[in-house]
Amino acid sequence: MKGVKYLSSAVALAAAALVIAPAWAQKKYDTGATDTEIVFGHTGPYSGPASAYGTIGKAIQAYVNKINDEGGVNGRKLKMISYDDGYSPPKIVEQVRRLVEQDEVLFLFNTLGTPTNTAIHKYVNAKKVPHLFVATGATKWGDPKRFPWTMGWQPNYQTEGKIYAAYILENKPNAKIGILYQNDDYGKDYLKGFKDGLGSAGQKLIVKELSYEVTDPTIDSQIIELKGSGADTFFNITTPKFAAQAIRKAGDIEWKPLHFLNNVSASVGSVLTPAGLDKSVGIITAIYAKDPTDPQWANDQAYKDWSAWMDKYYPDGDKKDTFNVFGYNVSYTLVAMLKQAGDNLTRENIMKQAASLKNLNVPMLLPGINVNTSPTDFYPIEQEQLAKFNGKVFELFGKVYGE
Amino acid sequence: MTTSEATAPAAPVAKKGPNAIGITIFVLLLFALPLLLPVVLPLLGGIITLKPNFMIFQLTLVIIYAIAILGLNIVTGYNGQFSLGHGAFYAIGAYTAAILMDKLDCPYWLTIPISGVVCLVVGFLFGLPALRLQGHYLALATFALALAVPQLLKYNHIEWLTGGVQGIVIIKPDPPFGIKAINADQWLYYLALVVACIMFWLAINLIRGRLGRAMIAIRDHPIAAEVMGINLTVVKSMAFGISAAYTGVAGALGAIAIAFVAPDSFTIFLSISFLVGLVIGGLASISGAIYGGIFIQFIPNVADAISKAAPWAIYGLFLIAAVYVMPTGAAGLIKQWQAKRRAAKQ
Amino acid sequence: MEAFLHQIFSGLAAGGIYASVALALVMIYTATHHINFAQGEMAMFATFIGWALIEWGGLNFWVAFLLTIVIAFCGGFAIERIVLRPLHDKPVLSIIIAFIGLLVIFNALAGWIFGFTIKAFPSPFPTSPPFGNRFLNWHEIGTVGITVVVLLLLFAFFRLTPLGLAMRAAAFNPESARLVGIRVGLMLALGWGLAAAIGSVAGMLVAHVVYLDPNMMAGILLYGFASALLGGIDNPGGAVVGGFIVGVAENVLGAYVIGTELKLSVALVLIIGVLLVKPAGLFGRRIVTRV
Repeated sequence: MKGVKYLSSAVALAAAALVIAPAWAQKKYDTGATDTEIVFGHTGPYSGPASAYGTIGKAIQAYVNKINDEGGVNGRKLKMISYDDGYSPPKIVEQVRRLVEQDEVLFLFNTLGTPTNTAIHKYVNAKKVPHLFVATGATKWGDPKRFPWTMGWQPNYQTEGKIYAAYILENKPNAKIGILYQNDDYGKDYLKGFKDGLGSAGQKLIVKELSYEVTDPTIDSQIIELKGSGADTFFNITTPKFAAQAIRKAGDIEWKPLHFLNNVSASVGSVLTPAGLDKSVGIITAIYAKDPTDPQWANDQAYKDWSAWMDKYYPDGDKKDTFNVFGYNVSYTLVAMLKQAGDNLTRENIMKQAASLKNLNVPMLLPGINVNTSPTDFYPIEQEQLAKFNGKVFELFGKVYGE
Repeated sequence: MTTSEATAPAAPVAKKGPNAIGITIFVLLLFALPLLLPVVLPLLGGIITLKPNFMIFQLTLVIIYAIAILGLNIVTGYNGQFSLGHGAFYAIGAYTAAILMDKLDCPYWLTIPISGVVCLVVGFLFGLPALRLQGHYLALATFALALAVPQLLKYNHIEWLTGGVQGIVIIKPDPPFGIKAINADQWLYYLALVVACIMFWLAINLIRGRLGRAMIAIRDHPIAAEVMGINLTVVKSMAFGISAAYTGVAGALGAIAIAFVAPDSFTIFLSISFLVGLVIGGLASISGAIYGGIFIQFIPNVADAISKAAPWAIYGLFLIAAVYVMPTGAAGLIKQWQAKRRAAKQ
Repeated sequence: MEAFLHQIFSGLAAGGIYASVALALVMIYTATHHINFAQGEMAMFATFIGWALIEWGGLNFWVAFLLTIVIAFCGGFAIERIVLRPLHDKPVLSIIIAFIGLLVIFNALAGWIFGFTIKAFPSPFPTSPPFGNRFLNWHEIGTVGITVVVLLLLFAFFRLTPLGLAMRAAAFNPESARLVGIRVGLMLALGWGLAAAIGSVAGMLVAHVVYLDPNMMAGILLYGFASALLGGIDNPGGAVVGGFIVGVAENVLGAYVIGTELKLSVALVLIIGVLLVKPAGLFGRRIVTRV
């Protein structure tokens, strides 16, 4: 089964290579690319309240080091210039301008956060700098008509919200739904997708909708309120710390709803284990990547490669942290795209190649979920599969959602 | 850091008391900077590889922060009221400008004075009750303000106005009258610089004037000031309002320069940064605001360059080292140095 | 009705957390007349040390608990001696900047050394529901109990021991205290040590509830700060009561009155309102200035 899949993607790649082969004949460079080097820019929150995401930048750097040790991409070494943006929109504007105007990078890669990327969205498109595979699940990054230089990467939050909604409509049409969401762009995006998915039924089904702030010490009060509302279905749109609190508190007060947990916090090692595995049984989530702490992947070759890479190139990194898988996967996508670009390293061609990834198989994504883009499709990963926690692992079930 | 070296040596000239010539030269130099940079930077060749446009943009931010810190200085340095919440006024100023431009198509230059007035009123009204509190209690009240404002901006029922969590994207202004000689970055720099000159000039006059002296009297001895017939509540609230207006003007400029506002731009850390800039620049010193602006603009970048692993640890060390070396701020240090030099001459 | 009671009890449990942090703030204020903004991050860092002792060192909870308190005490003492002593004659705002410096340093170091994934911190209390009810669990009761014990110890220390008296004197009037033979510098350092020790107790109690990560205390410190000021910054008992009031008020307001979106803002406005009427806090002593 797997072999066939690898083969088909290899064929696709070969076909793609044939199509663009003529471009390889002459070397073409924009600023940031030379015969020996490709320079790209990145920003992330290495300081400040969102510094938990800082590890993604470090993982990307670690992956770049691995690629360079193996000889680089088409004979060129990668050089990543990464600055701290502190998750602050004004700061990222300054840092990205530094990358583009000062360091003259070829493209920007995986800049992190919705408010931050919104702040530079217009600028990079006016400057015609590829703004690739941004680290946010908002929906607006896949708008090639208005913003042809910006592209997302991960499945967007709204799509995921719709998947849960579809599941509920199908399997529990009389659900009484309680929602807890983080009061920011991330929480509201999930909420919107979920409500859109429920459609007109939403009015009737949703019985309680509560928010929390990232500065709140606990969300116990919200969980008690949700239980009090009589909800029997719980859509939990929270980041890891609050997700763990919610799971434990619901268990403590014996509220046993059908529990949907957003992908952001669906980690066995860093959320469910601290919350209590017994309390986590039955949690449903939609996943697209392999959870490094899920024992079902322990003997998977892709996991072993990832683990070996972590040991060698990022020994300080936390292997429980799913962000390190994220950094690995997104870097893998980048390298595949750059290989495809060959010697034509203009900004235009980079964007063109990013928009023509066909059935790219990224090892630490779930089997059957591939990266696909086209000039009209700027959402690289659009597939997710539902999984239910059985006390030990997330058991995948049902179909793969998305095209 | 080259930029701070470019401006820092010029500043002490300006600070030699009421030395009109020194200040004029300094200001003229600032005005000439965008024209000089493209000429000078290539001459320096390998030494400085900064690009003029980016440098101009960073300097614009320094000027904007300097205005905000000057505002904080009016209330904290000259009036002795502690505020941990000036990020809130910066946010209100920025949102006022953004909403005016986005919803009412108000010309960007007009939003700057309007933001100032809005913040003046909000600051005054906040100050009336809050300034009855002192010390730590006032710190809590202002801290609460800084936390509450970003939350209010996200509030569901005013989302149509503020854009909620998504914020507002605004259009960056081009130079007026179709001037081609300067680009948008240079134009913003000049705009910020002109506003800053006006605000600094107003501040100097304010401090020397009747209200300024009343403010200082209240700081130094509130009871004596009251006995002298100064209305404590009104003067304190006025000081707070004016201070908020300064920070609001800076916020409006900041919104125009960044061309985007969102609740995440105005976290509590912004308020703390202003306080850091104030103390490290120099309390109760007009020129201190400039050094403070330089510090909060550039030192985080330096910390980031030193360590990706824990840039805040480096930043923290810088903070502690700064208060060791210059407990009265950069302005105080420079003043001491000047006094020493003068004494040596005589 | 059940949900309402539940909210009250959950508020009391959160109040216990705020109270324990407020106590550390009162301690440092009584000993030094400063409010230490780095208190929360110091407590968080100490909690990580406790976690490391348990998880990496394999120690028993109570052994690690006591050891952490001792380490925190020494750490607080050392910070006062190394970082703050050279600043003691400097302007108040300079000292506050040093606090901010300490805050960001501890936050960054914790992230660097221990990482950002949340960590479960063990609780020494049984997990079975106490007395068959579901409103409070043993950990929450234990938190309140330990907070009250710390409060009583603190009260006894300041009121009944010569050392406590000397410390209060050193903070209240350093010059006079020095004249009567009190070693003011040592008292300040001891105060820092004690505050850090109390903070570490608070941190270890909190961590089980909110999970341990470098940003654990960011939200809690504000509530602790508000509680301490509400109750009276120089009154340990008041701070504890303040903590419970803030915890319950926040829950009830959020659940029944204004919704979750604005509960922090409204809670803060109410606290400030109270302070306007009673500027020294509910139980604080009003200081009359003589001209």
